[in-house]
Amino acid sequence: MIRVVLPAHLRILARVGGEVQLDVAGEVTQRAVLDALEARFPALQGTIRDHVTQQRRPFVRFFACEEDLSHEPPDAPLPAAVASGTEPFLVVGAIAGGR
Amino acid sequence: MSTVRVLVGTRKGAFVLTSDGKREQWDICGPHFGGWEMYHIKGSPADPNRVYASQSTGWFGQLIQRSNDGGKTWEPMGNKFVYDGIPGTHQWYDGTPHPWEFKRVWHLEPSLTDPDTLYAGVEDAALFRSTDGAQTWQELPGLRGHGSGPHWQPGAGGLCLHTIILDPDDPGRIYIAISAAGAFRTDDAGQTWQPINRGLRSGTMPDPAAEVGHCVHHVAMHPSRPGVLFMQKHWDVMRSDDAGDSWREISGNLPVDFGFALDVHAHEPDTVYVVPIKSDSEHYPPEGKLRVYRSRTGGDEWEALTRGLPQRDCYVNVLRDAMAVDSLDECGVYFGTTGGQVYASPDAGDNWAPIVRDLPAVLSVEVQTLP
Repeated sequence: MIRVVLPAHLRILARVGGEVQLDVAGEVTQRAVLDALEARFPALQGTIRDHVTQQRRPFVRFFACEEDLSHEPPDAPLPAAVASGTEPFLVVGAIAGGR
Repeated sequence: MSTVRVLVGTRKGAFVLTSDGKREQWDICGPHFGGWEMYHIKGSPADPNRVYASQSTGWFGQLIQRSNDGGKTWEPMGNKFVYDGIPGTHQWYDGTPHPWEFKRVWHLEPSLTDPDTLYAGVEDAALFRSTDGAQTWQELPGLRGHGSGPHWQPGAGGLCLHTIILDPDDPGRIYIAISAAGAFRTDDAGQTWQPINRGLRSGTMPDPAAEVGHCVHHVAMHPSRPGVLFMQKHWDVMRSDDAGDSWREISGNLPVDFGFALDVHAHEPDTVYVVPIKSDSEHYPPEGKLRVYRSRTGGDEWEALTRGLPQRDCYVNVLRDAMAVDSLDECGVYFGTTGGQVYASPDAGDNWAPIVRDLPAVLSVEVQTLP
């Protein structure tokens, strides 16, 4: 079971109150987690990564195990603690900018 | 008694303001989607309880919301706006080719007859249509494919398609406007388009009468006379009596001819409203006086409407989609400001009062008149 923590705006959009728990088949990567997340909550499609390019949106970050994984390749394995469900995968709205 | 519902999009959420036909006491509901930029909210003329909203942020991109109960509850709909084919390029600010990139939806225009059909004007400029209640979107590529697309340049707000007008007498005719490309018309439901900018003058351009490149801010039409268009351009208020084939200036005695918002009285097709704004860079009312100007002659002759509006120390702006009218017997006029005020006049502009004073900056105002 993979644990995912969403930022407040996306929790509202997905209509979830807290952590999301996902079953991810095969290797646990950013892409696999986000595919599973968007499959379960279609309203999140396009909000974390671009519909077409599947690139992470510029002001979204991915953190886990006190590491910034935002620039890791989408098919790289996530840390074992994320894959085991010990630690959550954090989707974060960048703490910058705004108006 | 009739009800008026005012749909307000702001920099930080949406608000629904309702009143009875007297338009004296208002119920204010919101914010919906707090923290998100709500560029535009508009109800379906075919089903007033069907309301569509454009929601976006720099963090999480574009969403489209739909309500089936007049804005009480909302459902996220499709947000996949993909340009048809290879997007190609438009001109960047420095004149170099720049790939078309979807950024946001500026304007939603529901069909006059089908609640499931609506149009979306987007940045970078293109027109999309949904026929399934906003679940899926398809571009009408003839507009960008018109041939002038590679020469379109963004205005200061981006290369945005901000105005969509559906002709009530001719389902094939649609007008759109793009900043800073100009106005365009289709007569075959969006397959082919022609620029309709003849007569516009943009004095500092090398070719002031160029076919495209004019910074059109807003266009409005009265439904009883769909061949007559009124335009607020970056400079000049303009009028066309031939569906955009030619334009003439009607700025007349306005204190300045710059502005963004413009609308037409619900029952008097020659009564037009604008809000003059000082520019090129100030973007606030001249002399700190917030004045709506009304022409009852279809332009050229304008009167200042000031009763109830601040006449000193007012330095707000009124953006292009932030003015609307209701269709009660005595036409109500509404506008919102970047200072967060929404003003209403229940008597065609003679008297004004704020419905609400302290919203986030208002991006758009639309009005529904309900039986």
